[in-house]
Amino acid sequence: MNQAAATLTPGFAQPVQDAQRVFRAVLEAMARPLQPQALAVPLTPPAPLTAEAGGVVLTLCDEQTPLWVDPQLHRHHEVTAWLGFHTGAPLVAAAAEALFCLASSPDAVPPFEDLSPGTDQEPHRSTTLIVQAEQTGSRQRLRGTGPGIREALDWDGHGMTEQFRTARAEHAGGFPRGVDVLITGRGTVTGLPRTTVLEPTGPDTAAEGGA
Amino acid sequence: MLAEPRIVYNEGYLDEQTKRVVRRALLKGIAIPGFQVPFASREVPMPRGWGTGGVQVTASVIGPDDLLKVIDQGADDTTNAVSIRQFFERVAGSESTTRTDEATVIQTRHRIPETPLAEGQILVYQVPIPEPLRFLEPRETETRRLHALEEYGLMYVKLFEDISRYGHIAKTYDYPVMVNGRYVMAPSPVPSFDNPKMHMNPALQLFGAGREKRIYAVPPYTSVESLGFEDFPFEPQQFDQPCQICGSSGVYLDEVVTDDAGGAMYVCSDTDHCTRAASAVGFRASRTRGEWDFPATGTGTEGAVQ
Repeated sequence: MNQAAATLTPGFAQPVQDAQRVFRAVLEAMARPLQPQALAVPLTPPAPLTAEAGGVVLTLCDEQTPLWVDPQLHRHHEVTAWLGFHTGAPLVAAAAEALFCLASSPDAVPPFEDLSPGTDQEPHRSTTLIVQAEQTGSRQRLRGTGPGIREALDWDGHGMTEQFRTARAEHAGGFPRGVDVLITGRGTVTGLPRTTVLEPTGPDTAAEGGA
Repeated sequence: MLAEPRIVYNEGYLDEQTKRVVRRALLKGIAIPGFQVPFASREVPMPRGWGTGGVQVTASVIGPDDLLKVIDQGADDTTNAVSIRQFFERVAGSESTTRTDEATVIQTRHRIPETPLAEGQILVYQVPIPEPLRFLEPRETETRRLHALEEYGLMYVKLFEDISRYGHIAKTYDYPVMVNGRYVMAPSPVPSFDNPKMHMNPALQLFGAGREKRIYAVPPYTSVESLGFEDFPFEPQQFDQPCQICGSSGVYLDEVVTDDAGGAMYVCSDTDHCTRAASAVGFRASRTRGEWDFPATGTGTEGAVQ
């Protein structure tokens, strides 16, 4: 037995039911952008991969979906071994070739120009970005509008960076092309599809009570 | 000791890999409202054209916590609705209901329930022809390009020709809609009466076309405008008489032929709505048990206005 197999932690205990539950949370998250959906995943992926992000990847990825992981995750051999064993998704070195990109933190998000937005005829062949983010640190003051949002919704950015918002806005002109984002937090998943427009409504504030 | 069943199906009937294909298509469909996402449609135990797309979408979404309602032309008690409901009771272990307000997943053929839908509900449409431009442009390569270029002149010409020929837009079902101001979409053959219900609906609307291998979606609170012109705007169907069983007005009515002399009555197409409205006004009618106790009515030949 090689070392990777010896340290491999299990995937879903109940693959069918767990995947269905995670998918419903992700479906609701995409359908109702910026509204965190409860996501309880009984999963112990190797750190720094979280149970929530790991569960989303296990639910959506397989041999047909090239997967890119950020360099920090890539350095952890247990993480790539775990993803490879449980999903069979081929790991690609270039984010542009991936259907799913997994970032371990908001700072590890690849530049938007590296992500595939699909084409006008096939906008569904675009990257889905999965980001692990904790709702700490500075909070942005944003207002989101678009399909799935009744009128408008205030959003604090969920730990995502200001550069992420501006880079996303810069690449938002080409609808129907675009990148869809799933942000996983502690026990939650939040959707940010390409149709959601984010506008700043005030200066950022530091988190109360400290990060 | 119980004998093992000869064949054990995966929960939800479809295998997990197929579910992932459908699930990824659903997520992209929601992210691009009204865009038809191709998917690898599989065999399900019913003929194509009988709701295989809807069944695959429902199978990929449904879980043990769900309460499923299936309607066929508004009715919970038609063959197709009953068999699809029983199918999911057997393969997904889900509970079934006929009540629109209690269901979490509603699979429908050709109607949107009269009872307003709420947040958290999912409406799954069975779609025979997902491409609204198909009878105007038969080539798939061309229709894809027309959607990419947002070139919908053909559709407006078709509607204009209706007006020049009949004096009004003659399409009464599968009436084309513009989703989120970008994609022209086929709402499946729902009557144009139902079109206004799609606009800013709090429920998530998913569309599955099994034979044509397409999935598309309308997220909650999304603009869905029926096409029309400033001087000839879209006009949904209207009925000038109430249901003859429950007395509801402002609902979609079916014509039920009652004799060989041309007699007919007009009753709700939505059986759940009709049953509950009838019991609310004290009629003893129970449509689901087939024991109708009609109030006195005329012949009903006045008919519905198309």
